Amino acid sequence: MSNAATTAPAPAAPPPVEKIRIRVDGREIDVPKTLPDWQGKPQATTMLQACHLAGCEVPHYCYHPKLPVAGNCRMCLVEFGTPVMDPATRKPVLNEDGSPKIARSVLPYEPQTPRGAIACATPISPGMELYPGSPATKQMREAVLESLLINHPLDCPICDQAGECKLQEYSVQHGQAGSRFVEAKVHKPKAVDLGPRIVLDDERCILCTRCIRFTKDIAGDDALGIVNSGSYNTIATFPGRPFDNNYTLNTVDLCPVGALTSKDFRFKMRVWFLRETRSVCTSCGSGCNITIGSREDTVHRYEPRENDAVNSSWMCDSGRLNYRWIGRPDRLQNVLVNGIKSTWKAALTEIGSRLTAAPAGSVALVASARQTCEELYLLKRLATRLGAVTDSVPREGEGDRLLVAEDRNPNSNGARLTGICYTEMGLQLPRIADGIRSGAIRTLVVFGEDVTLHGIGPDLLAKLETLVVSDILPNATTAAAHYVLPGCAHAEKRGTFVNVKGRLQRFLKAVEPKGDGRPEAEFLQELAAGLGVGGGHATIEGLFNQMAKDVPAFAGVEWAHLGDTGVNVPI
Amino acid sequence: MAFSVPAKLEAELDELVTHYPQKRSASLMFLHALQEHFGHLPREAVEWTAVKLGLQPINVHELVTFYPMFRQEPLGRTQIKVCRTLSCAMAGSGELRGHFCGKLGLDPHHHGPQTTPDGKFTVEFVECLASCGTAPVVLVNDDLLEKCTVADCDRVLAQGR
Repeated sequence: MSNAATTAPAPAAPPPVEKIRIRVDGREIDVPKTLPDWQGKPQATTMLQACHLAGCEVPHYCYHPKLPVAGNCRMCLVEFGTPVMDPATRKPVLNEDGSPKIARSVLPYEPQTPRGAIACATPISPGMELYPGSPATKQMREAVLESLLINHPLDCPICDQAGECKLQEYSVQHGQAGSRFVEAKVHKPKAVDLGPRIVLDDERCILCTRCIRFTKDIAGDDALGIVNSGSYNTIATFPGRPFDNNYTLNTVDLCPVGALTSKDFRFKMRVWFLRETRSVCTSCGSGCNITIGSREDTVHRYEPRENDAVNSSWMCDSGRLNYRWIGRPDRLQNVLVNGIKSTWKAALTEIGSRLTAAPAGSVALVASARQTCEELYLLKRLATRLGAVTDSVPREGEGDRLLVAEDRNPNSNGARLTGICYTEMGLQLPRIADGIRSGAIRTLVVFGEDVTLHGIGPDLLAKLETLVVSDILPNATTAAAHYVLPGCAHAEKRGTFVNVKGRLQRFLKAVEPKGDGRPEAEFLQELAAGLGVGGGHATIEGLFNQMAKDVPAFAGVEWAHLGDTGVNVPI
Repeated sequence: MAFSVPAKLEAELDELVTHYPQKRSASLMFLHALQEHFGHLPREAVEWTAVKLGLQPINVHELVTFYPMFRQEPLGRTQIKVCRTLSCAMAGSGELRGHFCGKLGLDPHHHGPQTTPDGKFTVEFVECLASCGTAPVVLVNDDLLEKCTVADCDRVLAQGR
């Protein structure tokens, strides 16, 4: 256990930022002169950010706080005014009541018409007045929206984006009931196969270029562009080159309309039927925060959930699409004793008495670093009580520069911090194999791994007196087990993981376990109680808080502190 | 035929790049030179330009598709561009194009350039050729036909056969 790890020095507090006094819809407010841009660098505060700070949201399509500003959709136009300066003295001109005189922005050739500025790209200046609620601003928004909808197919009833579409949302606020457009709509390519996971409907596209900017500036794959000119503008890849990097599905999230759709999710489910659950991706050690969309105990999609300490607003395609196993029909659903369906009570009682009878040193325990911290903590307590050697199984893959970690276990650091394994995982596996071969180890407890793939083959498993296995999918180890305890996928339980950088994060339950499956922490507590080593926490909160008291790295952390984005722990 | 840029042209283009503060600024000049040489811009020319200028092919493809006079397909030996902007349209350029299409068996309702199957002619509408005073005008390869008549059209076709 690498608990000697140092605590990183707290980053120096940023110097205080100068404030600028402006007015938003008549209310005075002091806003910072600079705010972080999409890369976190301080940049002059924009009108859009100032309005946000004033509690006034400005509608927008192309603007996204995590992407470079493009300023092409014009939806964020806001009427504004600036203080009038005396050209001779460079001092503000005052009204009769002593207040500064404000010149509303107008068209230079048509001074009776207000002129808006795009709030996403226009910096504020001292004394500026913003009018996001004015009739002129409203009129500008209505005009922009009407223009965006001119060639839009209005196929909302069959559009995947319906329910989470910015065109729909802003139509409610700024739209018109009828269309004034009498000409024929421009027809563009439909159902364009952009890549292995993406389908593009060019008629729905409003050319905001969020997808282009994301893939160029965030994913680092300059694959998308706008081809043709005028009304025939379309998003495209270079012909014959598929849009296939590992982050393409983020463009589907970013697309404010239904132009970019996920092949995996396309026409599968109306989004308003989905229940959203805050969870964590389990495909690698990065622990990207996700929202699970589920309906009636079926998981339909993962979407990234913003957490600037972990994954910003993104996740990789491989992690996002790795959810179908949760609903696999061959999931383990029954408690099995020697292959015969049994009950939890009978099986746990039998396992308890077998473990109690096992002499110290004759038990080994392999717990996957895919199990939660709480489960690993309970397993470690059991192992200590039984004098058992413990380990996890390392799982390595290729990492990338953005989100994918080389460590493909979601909770390697959890396994280390709870003491299941050493910093280098898997060192004990050969010793366990040798122990079984020599007859010294006669009882093996396996949680969430197929040990036959990791040096403990079926021949060795056959030598064991007792093999207790908990898993969620059948494999060669569950096939050889004397006791099979069906566990839960992370989406079916609550718990915590520690990611590769030491972020302790919790995830919540989205769907019900399959069959007789139960959360491992629940039945492990019953087993531990039978052996006199704790248990008795009815909730995951209680168990977590107990664990935090016992595991040094988690000292002082409570379940309630974790929030939606987790806390850092020393690793 | 395999795509290859002659060494002399490549040297000229390499020299051209040095005139610009950024390599990518030379994109349009590259495309003009390559189209001048190959007659059109095949996919390989776009990829070659992208590699030369440190760009992705899509960046160059955007330019090629934006400008109508960059061609992605080979054109006919005689290229007939009929002006359709206001003066010429009012002076009957629509009939001229219709005449060309009729004589060459092309679809008069087709949008964009059309090339005859024998590769001899390409007919298309273009925007203003800057000769409104002598409308209607037709550009045949590099020759401008002013106050163009149906008889002039037939002469162009006879010469191009």
